[in-house]
Formats: sequence, structure tokens, C-alpha cells
Amino acid sequence: MNFETIIGLEVHVELKTESKMFSPSPAHFGAEPNTNTNVIDLGYPGVLPVVNKTAVDWAMKAALALNCEITRHTKFDRKNYFYPDNPKAYQISQFDQPIGEHGWLEIEVNGEKKRIGITRLHMEEDAGKLTHTGNGHSLVDFNRQGTPLIEIVSEPDIRTPEEAYAYLEKIKSIIQYTGVSDVRMEEGSLRCDANISLRPYGRDEFGTKTELKNLNSFNFVKKGLEHEQIRQEQVLLAGGIIEQETRRYDESTGKTLLMRIKEGSDDYRYFPEPDLVDIVIDDAWLERVRAEIPELPDARKARYVSELGLSSYDAMVLTLQKPISDFFEATVKAGADAKLASNWLMGEVSAYLNAQNKELEDTELTPEGLAGMIKLIGEGTISSKIAKKVFKELIEKGGDANKIVKAQGLVQISDEKVLLEYVTNTLDANPQSIEDYKNGKDRAIGFLVGQIMKATKGQANPPLLNKILLEEIAKR
Amino acid sequence: MAKMTKEEVIEVAHLARLAITDEEAVHFADQLEAITNAMELLNELDTENVEPTTHVLPLVNVMREDKSIEGLPRETVMKNVKEHEGGQVRVPTILD
Repeated sequence: MNFETIIGLEVHVELKTESKMFSPSPAHFGAEPNTNTNVIDLGYPGVLPVVNKTAVDWAMKAALALNCEITRHTKFDRKNYFYPDNPKAYQISQFDQPIGEHGWLEIEVNGEKKRIGITRLHMEEDAGKLTHTGNGHSLVDFNRQGTPLIEIVSEPDIRTPEEAYAYLEKIKSIIQYTGVSDVRMEEGSLRCDANISLRPYGRDEFGTKTELKNLNSFNFVKKGLEHEQIRQEQVLLAGGIIEQETRRYDESTGKTLLMRIKEGSDDYRYFPEPDLVDIVIDDAWLERVRAEIPELPDARKARYVSELGLSSYDAMVLTLQKPISDFFEATVKAGADAKLASNWLMGEVSAYLNAQNKELEDTELTPEGLAGMIKLIGEGTISSKIAKKVFKELIEKGGDANKIVKAQGLVQISDEKVLLEYVTNTLDANPQSIEDYKNGKDRAIGFLVGQIMKATKGQANPPLLNKILLEEIAKR
Repeated sequence: MAKMTKEEVIEVAHLARLAITDEEAVHFADQLEAITNAMELLNELDTENVEPTTHVLPLVNVMREDKSIEGLPRETVMKNVKEHEGGQVRVPTILD
């Protein structure tokens, strides 16, 4: 029997506001444990939460960027549960009137575009951070308690682990463009849980789903789903049934393990938060926030294709991360050819960042530096080969390409007389290679070019060198 | 009039993490039944044309600017904490 996989994702995004959702304590990542809390975060009796206006603005901004309808009359609800990371024994969240609903985003997998629905986007507060020490005790840091969060719930429109990966990349990209979050999974400002079920092809109703947790990177989401897909299929094929349960992804084995049988929504005993009044969003407020949304990745991508003549794929890769896309635009603005700037960013720059495990902003490379270098290539002042040397200097030490080239004497040799001298000397020293070439061994040319490049420290203008070399061989 | 069972009381006690005995569950079931039945009286009112309200005052959009105030000193935070270690609160591990 063949099964269709149904996947829905829940994504939590921390908003990078200065203060917390309902209290004025600082909401920054990386502080000393338990130094960013106050009586509201710690759930002391008699305290009252007050809503952070910027957090509402930003939740709305994210919702609009994800094509959600904004709920004009929205409110907060209490979700009750006991856990050591939650000092109040409830989380302030949104239940039946989330700030955003009925959104969507578009993904592209293997060249096929697909729209994934977003059921809802709601505001809530984050919990503290628990560290299990493994000796029967856990340690709690309440700094994160109360940090503004948005939870984005997708429709069960995702059909493969690859689509799940593409959806996450797109959410991350869109939120990054809006500027409301750092969306760094390694710092926990973007987190993901996945729901997955299988059903025989052709059946309308969904099978029982399991929820996967502890998915700490997009890759683990994909791998966890791949494993769970196979596990469920094996259970079903053996005539078993899938229990509704929460499973934990184990990074070391790539398997999913049972965590708990899930409590139903009723058990959370949601009710309207009595300490907070409702929020009513009028047209003026909505339009003010809408006007603050910058150009989003899809629009940029379309513009790169239509105005700059980039391929759809290149435009997609360039626009995925806002810092890279901004850098690209600044490089073009500084006078670089768009296609060349795109090739360098996706090629050498990207390879360098991956190898060094760095972000673009952590390097010394500037758009002006890159543009200057690309111009030197275009003018024939330096060869692409020399450019790689210049590039390394630019990304590690910064500076101006022109100055680097002059200071290090890297200017390309395009003077025919000078090149002719190198060619003559090399041919005189290698009569055997001339013979070989004339006997049909084309490789001999490569050897001769290599010798001359070595002699000129790679500075010979390659097309010109080739031309002169062939002319001179023909004369002998 | 709704009947409150012993099982329901045990379920609610579990959600509230309260340890109760079977006898107590029976005892509370009777009391809770009286309370819920008193609440049921409210259902006799016709609320067809009444908007649901969660607050008594007609207030909306009470918000504050996003300005932060330094957190409490950690020593103060730890004053009511039974056990702590390296600036963190120590609790028994609960694996769910």
C-alpha cells in the first residue's frame, strides 16, 4: 500500500524587542542567568502584565508579510500547565482570536512552485530555559521567561520533508526581511515542531499524527520527518496503529523516540486573560504597520529577474538571506555588473563563508571593495585568477581593490611586447613541447601556458597569451 | 442538574497537580457538584442579545512603550528560591 505524507509545521519566532511581552525587563539573549527578570516574569502574587505595543506592531507586521488577515478585535488567553520553566503555571497566549489568520507563502521545490497555507499567527510569551544536569536535577534560567513570541501554524499542506525544509527557509527569510526577529535557530529565536501523519492515497481523512520536538536545525527537521515517515509506514504496514504522541528527535541516532502521550487542548483550560483588556486594531494602526513592511524576498527576486537579468534560480538564492541581498544591491549600486556580482557572491563569497563558518557581516568585505574588484576584472586590469588573490585580501583585511592591485604589483600583463618575450623564452626552453603539440598532443599547450603563468606570477592576460603563443608556435 | 463524578475530580486534581485520596475525591465530588449546580442557575437567564464580556470596564488597547528597565539583582531573585546552583534555580528533573 502506498501512503501520502501530511506535514504541518509550528514555528515559534522570538521578537527582538528591547523589553518583554508583558513586563519591562530586558529581552536580550546571552545575559547572565536570572538577571533579566522582575516580579511579573517570576509570577509573584498581585502583579499585573502590561502589553508591549512594539511587540503587537511586530506580530502584525510578520502576519501581514505572511499574507494573513489581521483580526481587528483580538485578545489574550491563559493556557494553564505546570512545568518548572513556567513560574505562573500559565502562559499568556492567544486561543480563539489570534492576531493573524488565513495567510500563505510560496515555496519552490525542484523548480515547482507551491503555496502553503498558514492557519494562524498568534502572540504569546516564551518560557524560561531548562537545562537537565542528568543527576535528577534541572537548572532553570528565567531570563527568557516573558520574551515576546509569535507562533506560526501552517496548514497541513506540506507533503514531503523537502517541502518542509523549503517552507522553513521561506518563513525565516520573510521574517528576517521584516526585521522583527534575528531568526537564529542556534540562539533559539526560531524554533520548529513538526506534525506528521500518513494516509493511503485517495483517502480524504487524515491519519493519526505524531508531533516531533527537539528539531534544532532545518536539516534535523528534514531528517526527523524522513525517519518518522518510514517509522509510521512500517507500523501501518504491519497492521499497527499510530498513537497520538509527542516524539523527540535524537540527533545522534537520527531516530525519533517517544516522549509522552499528548494532552488534549481541553486540558490546558484556556480562558480569556482577566489581567489584560482586548486589543482593537483600527485602519490607521493597520496601515501604519503595513507601510513599514519593506520589499520582501519574492518581490526582490522578481525584480532581479526582470530588471537585472538574473536567472530565476540565482535571484532566489541571492534573496534568501537579507544581508546577502542587501550586499548584492549595494555592490551593483557601487557600479558592479549585476551578473558578475551575483556570481561572486554565490561562488567565492559563499564558499569562503561556509569554509570559515562566518556571516558576511563578520568579514571585512564591503560592497565598494567587491564592486571595485569586479570593475578591475571588467577593464582587463586583473585576470579572474589574480582576482581570487585580491578577493582573499579584501574579505580578510578589507580595503580598496585598486590599491591592493597596485601595491602588490598584480596588474595584468597585457602588453604584447612583454608577453612575446616570455613566450619566446619559454618556447626556446621547451622544444619538445612544440614538437608534441605539432604531433597532435594538445596538452602540450597547457603545459606551456602553465610555464608562462608561473614566470609571470599569474599576471599574463590569458586570451592574449594564448593568441601570441599559438602564433609563435606556428612560426617555428 | 449535572452530576460530578469521582473520576472527574481525580482528573482535575491531576491537572492541578494535587495529590488527593479516593475518599477525598468522593467528598469533593459532592461539594463541587453543589457549586457547579449553583453556577448552572446562570444558564436560566436569557443572554441571547448580550455580548460576551471578559471585563467590567469598556477599556481596550492598554499598552506600554517598548522600554526596558534593568532586571532584579539575582540575589533578590533567589531570596524565595529553595535551592539554586550557579545562579540558576535547581528543581527536580521532570521528563515529560
